[in-house]
Amino acid sequence: MSSSPRTSDFDLECHNITKRFGDFTAVDDISFSIPKGSFFSILGPSGCGKTTLLRMMAGFLEPDSGDLRIKGKSMVGVPPNKRPVNMVFQHLALFPMMTVEENIAYGLKRQGMPKADIPAKVKSALERISLPDAGPKRIDQLSGGQKQRIAIARCLVLDPDVLLLDEPLGALDLKLREHMKVELKQLQHNFDTTFVYITHDQSEALVMSDQVAVMNHGVFEQVGTPQELYYKPKTAFVAGFVGDTNRWSGSIKGMSGNEVQVETKDGLKLVATAADQNLAKGQNVDIFVRPESVVISRKSDALVGIENTIKGNVESVLFDGANSRVLVRDPSSGDKIMVTLPQTGEFNDLQAGQELHLGWRLAQAKCFDTLAMSAEQLADMS
Amino acid sequence: MTNKTAPKLGLILLMAPLLIWLFALILLPHVDMFMLSITEKVAPRVYETGLGNYGEFFAEPLYWNTYARTAIMSILTTIVTLVIAFPVSYYIAKMLRGRMKAVLFVLCLLPFWVSELVRTFGWMILLRETGIISTFLQWAGLADQPIEMLYTDATIVVGLVYTSMLFMVVPLVTTLESLDDSYIEAGYDLGGNGFTVMREIVIPHAMPGIVSGCIVVFMLSLGNYLTPILLGGKDSLWFTEQIYAQFITRFNWEQGAAFGFLLLILSSLIVWGGLKLSRQTLSETMG
Ligand SMILES: Nc1ncnc2c1ncn2[C@@H]1O[C@H](COP(=O)(O)OP(=O)(O)O)[C@@H](O)[C@H]1O
Ligand SMILES: [Mg+2]
Repeated sequence: MSSSPRTSDFDLECHNITKRFGDFTAVDDISFSIPKGSFFSILGPSGCGKTTLLRMMAGFLEPDSGDLRIKGKSMVGVPPNKRPVNMVFQHLALFPMMTVEENIAYGLKRQGMPKADIPAKVKSALERISLPDAGPKRIDQLSGGQKQRIAIARCLVLDPDVLLLDEPLGALDLKLREHMKVELKQLQHNFDTTFVYITHDQSEALVMSDQVAVMNHGVFEQVGTPQELYYKPKTAFVAGFVGDTNRWSGSIKGMSGNEVQVETKDGLKLVATAADQNLAKGQNVDIFVRPESVVISRKSDALVGIENTIKGNVESVLFDGANSRVLVRDPSSGDKIMVTLPQTGEFNDLQAGQELHLGWRLAQAKCFDTLAMSAEQLADMS
Repeated sequence: MTNKTAPKLGLILLMAPLLIWLFALILLPHVDMFMLSITEKVAPRVYETGLGNYGEFFAEPLYWNTYARTAIMSILTTIVTLVIAFPVSYYIAKMLRGRMKAVLFVLCLLPFWVSELVRTFGWMILLRETGIISTFLQWAGLADQPIEMLYTDATIVVGLVYTSMLFMVVPLVTTLESLDDSYIEAGYDLGGNGFTVMREIVIPHAMPGIVSGCIVVFMLSLGNYLTPILLGGKDSLWFTEQIYAQFITRFNWEQGAAFGFLLLILSSLIVWGGLKLSRQTLSETMG
């Protein structure tokens, strides 16, 4: 009958968690709950407070205020070794003085498992991460990806209610990182454990997660599925941070219903859909358009009926197979617009300097209140 | 062909100062010492080669009693130093940050600003019958007559521990600092408590530092002369004292050389035993 879920449906809940370091508020009144067995990511630029939040879940930091519950039980004041959570550290922290086997057995021994049962449990854990023969190896004999899996197995063998991961793929090279993304998701599925994964890499978060929280300056900007964040961002920060996007800044010249007319400081007139509730005439706003929402054509008449059109010249073609893009320069404003090339083959012979017509629909252009962003954050977004 | 020999020559030239140093200052005197130790004086100015000097050592209980006593007290000193230095080092390396860390580290170094002789006299001023502690205890009514705290075995150990502290703290702080905090946190996160984290993670990691600190402290104690003599008095029975007596008082250099060699064998044996026991190798420890 009741629509509110019972507490036990959530593996982890945070209620108004705040953490300050001196005058600086690293985590500011955050509340959320993570359903059982899901892959939950916290995505945000570096320094936004992700690690601080995660360390409060693990028990290495105590929140200044608020409550943190795991399976309905409050964890405030419970030390890390008594919490049913385990953490995969940023640099993994596999014990170098122990073999792989001993690393995995460490937690089991601490749980008081009978000595005779440990080898079998370790063996099955190694099999589940498909490294059945790694047991007697030393940590420095393992490759980066193997270490990764051992670090996860070392936690999962303890059957935690929640596994916390602090940017575990950060140290890997690009290719291995792509591979591990898929593998992590698989592991989470196999062990059926709730994962809380923090990262500053939006593609990691989008690929693996059931739910993503976008964090900035110690607060959650938006929590949702990867699709919701990508297609229905609620704030300018989310629109800019999640996925690649084109961005124009300007001020509102007129409004009718959901439609906003915006003029940029170069005099470019655009129409967009209001994505913020409280937009008003004269306000400074940002417009975001995804590269794949932009239609390109060699002739202007193919774009009739499309609300926004621009003429530009090809600056460069960024060939990447199916993800190929083209950078088009608008000669009147100097803006560079990123466009995804359609897979029809029609534009395979595109050359720098050629003239192109661009257009995008009103619904694809999202207009937000202008966000004050630091240079560092802007660099992170691109 | 020349390519092969050229780097070899370069290596020899590079190593030359080290080799000369090893040869002239360590090997040569020891060879000489050894030759001396197997020379027996049978009559004035008549010498024979033989192991008589070593035989003398085993025949006289005072000699090998002193020998064993010196070894045991040095081991005891090493253990006491380790037990005190480990928490101090852990505190300096892992709990303190910034200024306080430097201050505490310098505090450990401070005793070395004065010479060993002055330092030891400092202890004597504190501990003797008419010294500060004795006077204070009488004044406070805790003792009704002067207490002599000098010239006991405990005093020798205290003096040696004090002298050795820095040589234990430095290697310990260095190894403990190289242990990333995340290992300790992971130790707790996976269910360990303070004791198990210490036993399974911190101590195994610090082992090379522990062993190298112990070797240095042990050698320094075993070969110390001033502290045992001054704090232990005439009856301190430290083996270096026997060597000194043979060389200087009795002018029996042959016997003294044999004792010196025995001390070298003793320290080598105990260090080797310690390395075996802690499953460390010398290269690991010193590297
Ligand atoms: N122990 C601390 N003392 C003071 N400031 C800290 C401490 N830990 C983190 N901070 C600050 O809190 C902010 C958030 O840090 P962190 O949670 O590590 O960010 P993230 O993991 O998102 O990069 C940073 O600005 C950092 O400087
Ligand atoms: Mg971090």
